Amino acid sequence: MTEFDVTVRRHGDAAIVDLVGQVNALARESLEAAAEEALGDGPRRIVLNFSDVGFINSTGIAMVVGLMGRARAAHIKVEAFGLTDHFREIFEITRLIDFMTIHDDEAAALGRGSYTSPKSSDGPRPQPE
Amino acid sequence: MRRPGWFRPAGRTGRDDLIPAAIDIDTRDPFTAYLLGVQAPVALRDVEITSPMMDSLRDQGVAVAVPLISQGELVGVLGLGSRKSDRPYSPDDLRLLNRLATRAAPALRLGELVRRQADEVRERERMAQELRVARLIQQNFLPSQLPSLPGWELGAHYRPAREVGGDFYDFIPLPDGRIAVVIGDVTDKGVPAALVMATTRSMVRETAQQLVEPAPVLTRVNAHLHADIPPNMFVTCQYAVIDPVAGDVVLANAGHSLPFLHHGGGVSELRATGLPLGLMPDATYDEVTAVIQPGQGLLMHSDGLAEAHDPDGEMFGVPRLMGLVGKHPGSTELIDVLLNELAVFTGPAWEVEDDVTLVSLCRAEAGTPQRCVLDEFTMPSREGSEVAVASRVVEAVGSRLSEPKRRRLHTAVAEAAMNAMEHGNHYREELDIGVEVRDTGSGIAVSISDEGGNASLPKVVEPDLVAKLAGAESPRGWGLFLIREMVDEMTTRADGDRHVVELVLHEEKEQ
Repeated sequence: MTEFDVTVRRHGDAAIVDLVGQVNALARESLEAAAEEALGDGPRRIVLNFSDVGFINSTGIAMVVGLMGRARAAHIKVEAFGLTDHFREIFEITRLIDFMTIHDDEAAALGRGSYTSPKSSDGPRPQPE
Repeated sequence: MRRPGWFRPAGRTGRDDLIPAAIDIDTRDPFTAYLLGVQAPVALRDVEITSPMMDSLRDQGVAVAVPLISQGELVGVLGLGSRKSDRPYSPDDLRLLNRLATRAAPALRLGELVRRQADEVRERERMAQELRVARLIQQNFLPSQLPSLPGWELGAHYRPAREVGGDFYDFIPLPDGRIAVVIGDVTDKGVPAALVMATTRSMVRETAQQLVEPAPVLTRVNAHLHADIPPNMFVTCQYAVIDPVAGDVVLANAGHSLPFLHHGGGVSELRATGLPLGLMPDATYDEVTAVIQPGQGLLMHSDGLAEAHDPDGEMFGVPRLMGLVGKHPGSTELIDVLLNELAVFTGPAWEVEDDVTLVSLCRAEAGTPQRCVLDEFTMPSREGSEVAVASRVVEAVGSRLSEPKRRRLHTAVAEAAMNAMEHGNHYREELDIGVEVRDTGSGIAVSISDEGGNASLPKVVEPDLVAKLAGAESPRGWGLFLIREMVDEMTTRADGDRHVVELVLHEEKEQ
């Protein structure tokens, strides 16, 4: 059973990282590979999609922090969307929110600072409750 | 001390004729001192001292003894019989033998040290295995969960000593709707105690269904047990029958430490006497009765608590125990208080001297909400399974907490479970973490235990995100901080070999 899956897609100046499942120690390898791919593509922004994330823990946070650190060094912005209230609380408590722009959904994330018009292949996702 | 020696009997020359034998090298024997003095091969017929060791060598046909000396110690003797020709060994022969001995001695000494060490390791492993067996028996015969008794709050705690004693407790539903509560302590430790404990428990269970009342039950169990129990072993035991509706208690006691009745700010011993089980074939027991009113309770305990010592050798003592019982009503709460007081009293370096067993029954005040264990389970230490732990805890809690609090609890429990599996149990799958979820009446308490002993958690500090982002420190280190932020209270304690983290979330009052 795969408990975590990640894909990277390019949209204009943004590399969108779609995270699915549980962001914990078991996600490490695939997330590292995805980070490699996203950073290597030379985007201006990396946008993390949390819409389909059911669980994140301290190990997951550490991996996000690691990614943010590497992005900062390469002058790439990190943004995110699709956070539940609970994840938003965690991002506030850990103060990650001070270092990344949080959008409500994909449309908002891509509508801002995007060079191309936001005609994403799979369209905007509804914000899950 | 027995040391190795090799003999070549007279008249034989082949290498295969060297026969290993054991010589008793007595350090007080004059010949030992002589060999240490000359440090060279010695023809026995040239030595004129009285020595049992020399006599023994001569008896075995030894003509020349070559001492094997390492670091000033005689570690062996190479014994040679007479030459075939019956002529004495030549100086060349003796020089050769001496060179051989000088080389062989350190190797021999090393070999012996290795063998002795291997013996010690085997012995330790054997003892560890025996401990595991004793623990396994013990765990299998203790109730896996507390019965639910409407209007009562039950609590029980068992902590094995390092050597595993023979404590046990049991709750037995009786045919007439009452419940029997049993606590016992087998003298001795390890596997023998665990086996007697298992036997006694089965006898009590079986007899309880037939005779029900405390004195007849203990009388019969004593008679049966006396026939079977190994000599020099006996069992102290207490058996109480409780009517959960009226609060009536009938109790008989086979030499076990007296239970406490706590009532409205006071505490008293419930005094019933009788000989320990298995000591005399025809012992009899008297009964004492009492009524537990709403808000009152009964605490049964083994002597492991009252007889614990602090680092200065002072005993915890019954008066201190009674004082605490009088001040802290409530079952699980009382047990927590006692264990915390015990931990403070004994200090962190304490090795549990004897099993500590506590059984507490409290009759709830009319109209107070029930406090109870919502779920109790164990989980093997496997990476990633912390999510399953957290989900099961949240499911047990149900609507007792609001949705946002449930999510916080989920995150905190997953974090604490991961810590327990990783740092406490080092992800060894054969080691379980233990999880208990309780409704405290004012919220939810979750305790998570691992085998990490009494290592205390490091102080929780807010991680330095800026430094982490700049790559100046590891991006990790969020766990404890996250737990602290998610829950209302976080405490840790040692429970025998187990390390326990307790997380508490209060129920919102208004809003």
